[in-house]
Amino acid sequence: MSSRTKVWFSENGALVALVVLAVALSLLSSDFLSVSNLLNVGVQAAVTAILAFGATFVIITAGIDLSVGSVAALSAITLAYLSTTSGLPWPLATVIALAVGVVCGLANAALIAYGKLPPFIATLAMLGIARGLALVISQGSPIAMPDAVSHVGDTIGGYLPIPVIVMVVMGLIAAVILNRTYPGRAMYAIGGNEEAARLSGIKVNRQKLVTYALSGGFAAVAGIVLASRLASAQPQAAAGYELDAIAAVVIGGASLSGGKGRAFGTFVGALILAVLRNGLNLLSVSAFWQQVVIGVVIALAVLVDTLRRRSSN
Amino acid sequence: MSEEILRVEGLRKRFPGVLALDGVDLSLRTGEVHVLLGENGAGKSTLIKMLSGAYHPDEGRILLDGQPVEVRTAGDAQRLGIATIYQEFNLVPELTVGENLALGRPPRRFGFIDVKAMHRQARELLDRVGLDLDPRRRIGTLGIARMQMVEIAKALALNARVLIMDEPTAVLTTSEVDKLFSIVRQLRDEGVAIVFITHHLEEIAQIGDRVTVLRDGRSVAEVPANTAEDELVRLMVGRPIDQQYPREPEQPGRALLKVSGLGRRGAFDDVSFEVRAGEVVGLAGLVGAGRTEVARAIFGADRYDTGEVTVDGRPLPAGDIHAAMAAGLGLVPEDRKGQGLVLGADIAENLGLVTLGDASHGGFVDRSGQRKAAAKVAGQLGVRMSGLGQEVRTLSGGNQQKVVIGKWLLADVSVLILDEPTRGIDVGAKVEIYQLINSLTASGHAVLMISSDLPEVIGMSDRVLVMARGRLVGELPAGEATQDTVMALAVTEVEGTRVQ
Repeated sequence: MSSRTKVWFSENGALVALVVLAVALSLLSSDFLSVSNLLNVGVQAAVTAILAFGATFVIITAGIDLSVGSVAALSAITLAYLSTTSGLPWPLATVIALAVGVVCGLANAALIAYGKLPPFIATLAMLGIARGLALVISQGSPIAMPDAVSHVGDTIGGYLPIPVIVMVVMGLIAAVILNRTYPGRAMYAIGGNEEAARLSGIKVNRQKLVTYALSGGFAAVAGIVLASRLASAQPQAAAGYELDAIAAVVIGGASLSGGKGRAFGTFVGALILAVLRNGLNLLSVSAFWQQVVIGVVIALAVLVDTLRRRSSN
Repeated sequence: MSEEILRVEGLRKRFPGVLALDGVDLSLRTGEVHVLLGENGAGKSTLIKMLSGAYHPDEGRILLDGQPVEVRTAGDAQRLGIATIYQEFNLVPELTVGENLALGRPPRRFGFIDVKAMHRQARELLDRVGLDLDPRRRIGTLGIARMQMVEIAKALALNARVLIMDEPTAVLTTSEVDKLFSIVRQLRDEGVAIVFITHHLEEIAQIGDRVTVLRDGRSVAEVPANTAEDELVRLMVGRPIDQQYPREPEQPGRALLKVSGLGRRGAFDDVSFEVRAGEVVGLAGLVGAGRTEVARAIFGADRYDTGEVTVDGRPLPAGDIHAAMAAGLGLVPEDRKGQGLVLGADIAENLGLVTLGDASHGGFVDRSGQRKAAAKVAGQLGVRMSGLGQEVRTLSGGNQQKVVIGKWLLADVSVLILDEPTRGIDVGAKVEIYQLINSLTASGHAVLMISSDLPEVIGMSDRVLVMARGRLVGELPAGEATQDTVMALAVTEVEGTRVQ
């Protein structure tokens, strides 16, 4: 291999793994490679991927956001409650629901940047608070989503699922933010070396507000997509999804120590998780064993990455 | 003549894209201090990493007591009696001195750690390095000099017969260096073979017995330590360096930076001075005199309680880096890797860090413009790299420092504060940094340079300010500043009270 191909392979290891996985599954199961199954995989990946795009911002700054699953649920509950129970027009309810996600993110960031709490602790607290508020507002029961918003869970022309479109759009937004905007570039600098970033004039605290607000906003979108698919907002929805999101980011090549990560990598990471679950279902592997397999894959993905990096140093 | 303990023959090591070592020989005798000399990138680090088991050679062999040995891991090195003291210490700051010295093999009684025995052993080791220290003290509360002594004591605890010291004097003050030297001599007399790396040529004759010079991955000469400095420099760079401190003074213009009555409780007090356009003002003093603290306060990185900073006549708000930058201040911090660079990012990213805000319009960054500007300044500075996409982690110290300075050149600052700009940088790259300082002042910039390297601060400054214990204790024009006059000022008020 020429050195350029080598570099390409080492930077796109997750993509290579996804292709290998897809080829293997298409050989093992004749159902895998059908259009309807692949779109189904896309729908399965959508919520995790959208949460993971938000988590990518945070992880690049060397932070962590454990609250995204709860925030997703709280935003969806807010939307459903305001429009179905209180009768607010759905566009207004949607805007407020998105704002709730952003505010949760800002609260996380305020605790982290100004309260100097470790991100793990601040967002762990928010994980509890947001979930609790979702339960309080809904009194523990699902609330129907307004019909207009529920269409997000539908398909266009009967085959193209809207969640997939939302996922792609959110992915593109994340990529543009990371590559082309000031906050995006600042995230890499802060994650790479916070003190160097500060001494280079980057307002670190302000950028952390932006980062966690984005994570909260993406979580809100994910929550709305999830509730639309189910046609109702459930207070217990998306529980544990934060871990899937983090796994997708890490499988996609980001480093939890910060400064590294790409939206495309995260996208691939989320697809790997979804393809794996789908394939294991097609192969009739029990749901219990699926958890074992996915755990092993996460460990392997990061292990391979670490070993590769060590050998190149 | 004492016997040979360690021999290195024809060592070669290739990394992707670089031939780091291309045939290195080294012969080390018991009871000698063997200086390893070479520019950064010459292969010194690679060599000592092979002796300590961090890297494995592609070719060549290592002999200990005449027997070929394999040093594959740090454990191998330890068993063979080879200890290395890196510039970044291997100490656990949260643990005590005694615990660090016993790390990994604490004395035990009935399965529990025998604290009394641990402290007794620690005291014996500390005695051997002449350190009067309570073994119960936490490492994190010690200064760098004492941490280094603890590292040496730790090497002794492992019965090291070969002690490798990577630039041990780089972070020490003059009196601390004297103390280190007396311990090194004592260990030498006890029969320990010492490999000593330093960039300070004047230290070689003081402490060394023989010198092996590395250049471009090869050992090019083995000479006695009393070889003339000019000759050593010639061997090291392969060409004579005409002038070590090529300062070209300018006619100073108006005052660009004015500091008046600056103070912060417990750190510094009543610091007043000015730096004019075209001027290099040196800030000398012992480590801990408060120089870095003053520089950071001026730049807004830390707060201050009293006083005022004005840039070009405009007062700056305290503790506001953004305002300081907008006024035209830049800071090259003393800790290049910890504070100056994003090590995992590439050269273009690092060069564009300060100008990121200026290159943004409506939140979007003009990355191709950023890249063009980075390419231009990297060319100007002569950064030796494979391309702008190279990670700065893999650059030599001198080239890393050029990148840190480069990001401020791109921002077109009027006053640049340089904190230890040439620490850990080889002679050739040092001169390049000095020439850069000259071109800055020639174009009307003002430079405030903190340096613990006395010949440098004297050789490159138009005026030398001296700080001691948080106060400015004197100012010397270039003509009157000598090592003796500067040192006399630096120690006057601190004698007997120096705390780490």
